[in-house]
Amino acid sequence: MSPVETSVSRREQRHSLALTVGLALVGVNLLVALLTLFWTPYDPLNASGGRLEAPSLLHWLGTDRLGRDLLTQLMIGARTALLVGTGAVAIGATIGVSLGVLAAFATRIADDVMAATLDILIAFPTLLLAMLVVAASDSASLWTAILALGLAISAIVARLTRILTKRVLRQDYIVASRTSGTSWAGVVFRHVLPNIWPTLSVNFALQFGLAVIAEASLSYLGLGAPPPNASWGRLLQEAQGTVYTAPIGAIAPGIALVALVIGMNLLADGLRDIGDPTRGRSR
Amino acid sequence: MTALLNIQGLCIRAGDKPLVSDLSFSIRPGERIGMIGESGSGKSMTAMAATGLLPVSIGVSGSIELDSQQVVGATDRVLNRLRGAAAAVVFQEPLTALDPLMKIGRQIAEPVRRRLELESGKASKDAISREVRDLIDKVALPQPERIINSYPHEVSGGQRQRVAIAMALACRPKLLIADEPTTALDVTTQAEILKLLDQLVRETGMALLFISHDLPVVAQVVERVIVLKNGVAVEEGPVKTVFGNPQHDYTKTLVEAARLFDEALGATGS
Repeated sequence: MSPVETSVSRREQRHSLALTVGLALVGVNLLVALLTLFWTPYDPLNASGGRLEAPSLLHWLGTDRLGRDLLTQLMIGARTALLVGTGAVAIGATIGVSLGVLAAFATRIADDVMAATLDILIAFPTLLLAMLVVAASDSASLWTAILALGLAISAIVARLTRILTKRVLRQDYIVASRTSGTSWAGVVFRHVLPNIWPTLSVNFALQFGLAVIAEASLSYLGLGAPPPNASWGRLLQEAQGTVYTAPIGAIAPGIALVALVIGMNLLADGLRDIGDPTRGRSR
Repeated sequence: MTALLNIQGLCIRAGDKPLVSDLSFSIRPGERIGMIGESGSGKSMTAMAATGLLPVSIGVSGSIELDSQQVVGATDRVLNRLRGAAAAVVFQEPLTALDPLMKIGRQIAEPVRRRLELESGKASKDAISREVRDLIDKVALPQPERIINSYPHEVSGGQRQRVAIAMALACRPKLLIADEPTTALDVTTQAEILKLLDQLVRETGMALLFISHDLPVVAQVVERVIVLKNGVAVEEGPVKTVFGNPQHDYTKTLVEAARLFDEALGATGS
């Protein structure tokens, strides 16, 4: 067996577990979210049974205090969570990576100003920043929440990108590439971005998890997606008063939330190890 | 015939500290020149300056004409066209000179593609891969299939340096700058790489600026040497004259040190 084959197969074996579990958790969420676009067990907006019914064959997770099916709410919550996580990370990544790369290339003064601004932004708790943006907008909507979280994430991503880019730019292979006539744009797309991607992608997954939790917190506080969008955060808030009589109302969305966040992190870990060919041999 | 690289009164300084002072020399097409001196004598700085790759924080004055184009103060756009075509560089540390996340085949293909696009406006995949294959043959890398699909950490140090040389050759430069290309390699590999460089330079007829602190290594591949000490050129001339009959004290010490080292080797060998 040639050295290439050994390193590839070993890498795949070692990390298959994290990747499989991550894929499964995120995949189930994604499938459920897609399913709700076409079908849900019951009408999410109207009562379909008695109030606070216990789990039964008709209502697998029981009903909430308005008599709505909890499983239906939970499924729609998955859609909200994925939408918020993906949207916020997409916004944060686009703004953050662009700013970070620009800062790494900027002159000293511009770079210092950007770095200081980012540090101040990061010193603000993500949730507080998001609450400010939501409060400043006229009407609370899912999109305001996504935008708010995206902006908060972009500060973190920008700072990380700036440092990673600076480190890559100091490497000899950048100089080597420059001596053969690669333009700065070519250097960024061919060398910088692929080399910072393994670290960035793991950070994106972390931010995805944080965004999902932050959205749940916003919804819990009544600043997230307004009804009729179901959100795990609001499910938790609604279950608060009846947590002793009907604990499933709080347990189910809690587990769903944790499962998605953990799944996303495992998935990112697994993908990073596949994406980085040098990792296989050091562990 | 005009000089390929013409350096006149070059001064390089970092802040108040002069790194290179009033250095002048020129390289004609096809000429092989060695630049020797101890660490920190400004050899690499000169090489970087010749391709306009010094960081902006380092001040450069004087005149550097590469292929009749002024390098000092030139914009990136001008320099990018010059780099590769006029001069390419092989670096000391072959591992860090290759992108760790890019397969070797693609790394060699990059400069090939750029050159083909400049020459004929387009570069077909076939033409590129044919040329990558040619280059790999030229630098005598074994198992081309495997090398093309390997990452830099999966091949040996000597092989990495051959890849780096292939990348430099891919640009078909008129001047090859080799910045201590054998320092990071063991002695056997060093000899192989030197032989390869020597042969390639003869075959392609490109000029060579060979930078090293190692006298015997330099003597093997070049015709003329410049001896640098603390950023000042203390002696210059044909290899035989400079090493056979050194004039400057510093050159004498260098030659003496190399002779003593050889004698020590001979003593243990017998």
